[in-house]
Amino acid sequence: MLLIAYFIYSIYIFASGTDALSGMVAHDEQSRHGQKLFQEYNCAACHQFYGLGGHMGPDLTNAMSYRGGNVGEIIARAFLTNGGNGMPNLKLPEDEISALIAFLKFVDRTGTYPPKVYDMTWYGMIYQEDDPEWVREGAR
Amino acid sequence: MIGLRFMRLGMLSLAVGMFFGVIGGFQFLFPDFIKELLFTKTRAIHVSMVVSWIFLVAIGGVYYYLPRYAVKRLYSNSLANWHYWLFLFTGILVLFSYLSGKFGGREYFAFPPVLSIPIFISWIFFGFNFFKSLSVNKSPWPVYYWQWATGIVFFFLTYTEAHLYLVPYFRENMVREIIVQWKSYGALTGSWNMLVYGTALFIATKIGGDEKIASSKMAFGLYFLGLFNLIFGWAHHTYLVPSDTWLRSFAYFVSMTELFIFGKIIWDWRGSLSQWEINRHNVAYRFLFAADIWVFLNLGLALIISVPFFNFYTHGTHVIVAHAMGSTIGINTMILLASIFFVLNESKESRLTAKQSKGVKHGFWMTNISLAIFLIALIVAGIGKGVFYSGEPYQVIMYNIRPFLMTFTIAGVTLMLGIWAILWLAYRSMGKQIQQLKIQSANEIIENSL
Repeated sequence: MLLIAYFIYSIYIFASGTDALSGMVAHDEQSRHGQKLFQEYNCAACHQFYGLGGHMGPDLTNAMSYRGGNVGEIIARAFLTNGGNGMPNLKLPEDEISALIAFLKFVDRTGTYPPKVYDMTWYGMIYQEDDPEWVREGAR
Repeated sequence: MIGLRFMRLGMLSLAVGMFFGVIGGFQFLFPDFIKELLFTKTRAIHVSMVVSWIFLVAIGGVYYYLPRYAVKRLYSNSLANWHYWLFLFTGILVLFSYLSGKFGGREYFAFPPVLSIPIFISWIFFGFNFFKSLSVNKSPWPVYYWQWATGIVFFFLTYTEAHLYLVPYFRENMVREIIVQWKSYGALTGSWNMLVYGTALFIATKIGGDEKIASSKMAFGLYFLGLFNLIFGWAHHTYLVPSDTWLRSFAYFVSMTELFIFGKIIWDWRGSLSQWEINRHNVAYRFLFAADIWVFLNLGLALIISVPFFNFYTHGTHVIVAHAMGSTIGINTMILLASIFFVLNESKESRLTAKQSKGVKHGFWMTNISLAIFLIALIVAGIGKGVFYSGEPYQVIMYNIRPFLMTFTIAGVTLMLGIWAILWLAYRSMGKQIQQLKIQSANEIIENSL
């Protein structure tokens, strides 16, 4: 019985439970390449997305929109090129740096972490700005 | 004998894994420490080795206990041997890939995904052997056999799920990819917990001599609650990832059902204390008792961080690391050490001498005191990162919590030394046990040929 529930639940999550509004951002070839590189250099050992990953370096979910404009990209490029502050200099070629930046831009568009706008219920539940249902219900 | 080989390999894996954990701890503080060995490598090696420790000793226990307590013989010893060599061979390849900087997988399974194929195959060997061996046992299964069976089946399912990122449909949607990844990891942890908790209940039943406990309604009730949490209780990892509201609300509800287990531990506390008085000279029981305390503390922490409001501040901080370390060291490792000492006590050759017992006792206290300091330091560092310094540049946050990270690293060194001391004694004693079994089987062959 529980095994059947497991399969139904899994299929629901695979099919539509994760169709968040902001999650539907489209990849392009360069960001796909960046995603692959992110895995091949095991960047998740030190960095996080949405608070999930290693703790040696900062969370990168919104690294590209950090302080607005292209400040985030300039900082990220500097670290990817030279290393520093605990980040090793991986001697990355320019095309790989650009691909990683494209991937980080893609991630940035998928949501905000940590959420800046949120409501809390009396029983400890949090409704946050990226929550599609909250927007739909107009609870804001 | 194959069960003992798995256990010994597991001990080696833990010893090496902790060493790399300590190197990683120092690299966390001093990024240039052993610069040639990047943190991306040390962390991957540390994680894979300690996860292997959990699987190897849990699997070793199943291979050891089944032919002694459940059935006359294992369905296939050669299949178990194949399992062992395939696991070892894959482990060496994984280590080699990490050391040479060849990654490609995801966090926790950072090796190139092609290396997951032999892991799948070895798991098929294990599952087939387990179910075929137990198929001759017609009596109703006690709960620990169900836990082992569940662990085997769900590892297979969740490990498959952990590789769905290879399918473009999942990889193309960042939110889907993250949620499916952590859905699989949450349930995968639940699957190995099933193997480990099954082992704990098995040993507790044998030490207590009361088989009824493992067939009681309460035991099965707790098993189903654990299974319910394995399937549905993973989403507290992804509260802050944008997704459907009901996923988070449901996960919150499921996590809170564990309050029942929490209450049960408190309810049983007096009984546990009297059992401690009776069995405190039994080394295996000592480790089981320690695991019981860590379950209580860690479950308390898990319940707190599963409340979305608290999760909001602790997610992505060292509090979560403390929870993970508390589970793997405080609970899993204590139970698996109990299993090792239970096995050692079964044979005259490997039974600990008074001097060795004293050594294990010192290691036991050193490990547990270090672990307590280690976890407190992580929790304080996590609270510091999550609550007090939000919005500040990352380097400022890290600078402010540095004293706690330093405490965590030093406690990590003493924790490693404590565990090494225990493992050294256990490893040698188990070597004697294997030697004795070899002599026995050689004698049997000679007798049969005469």
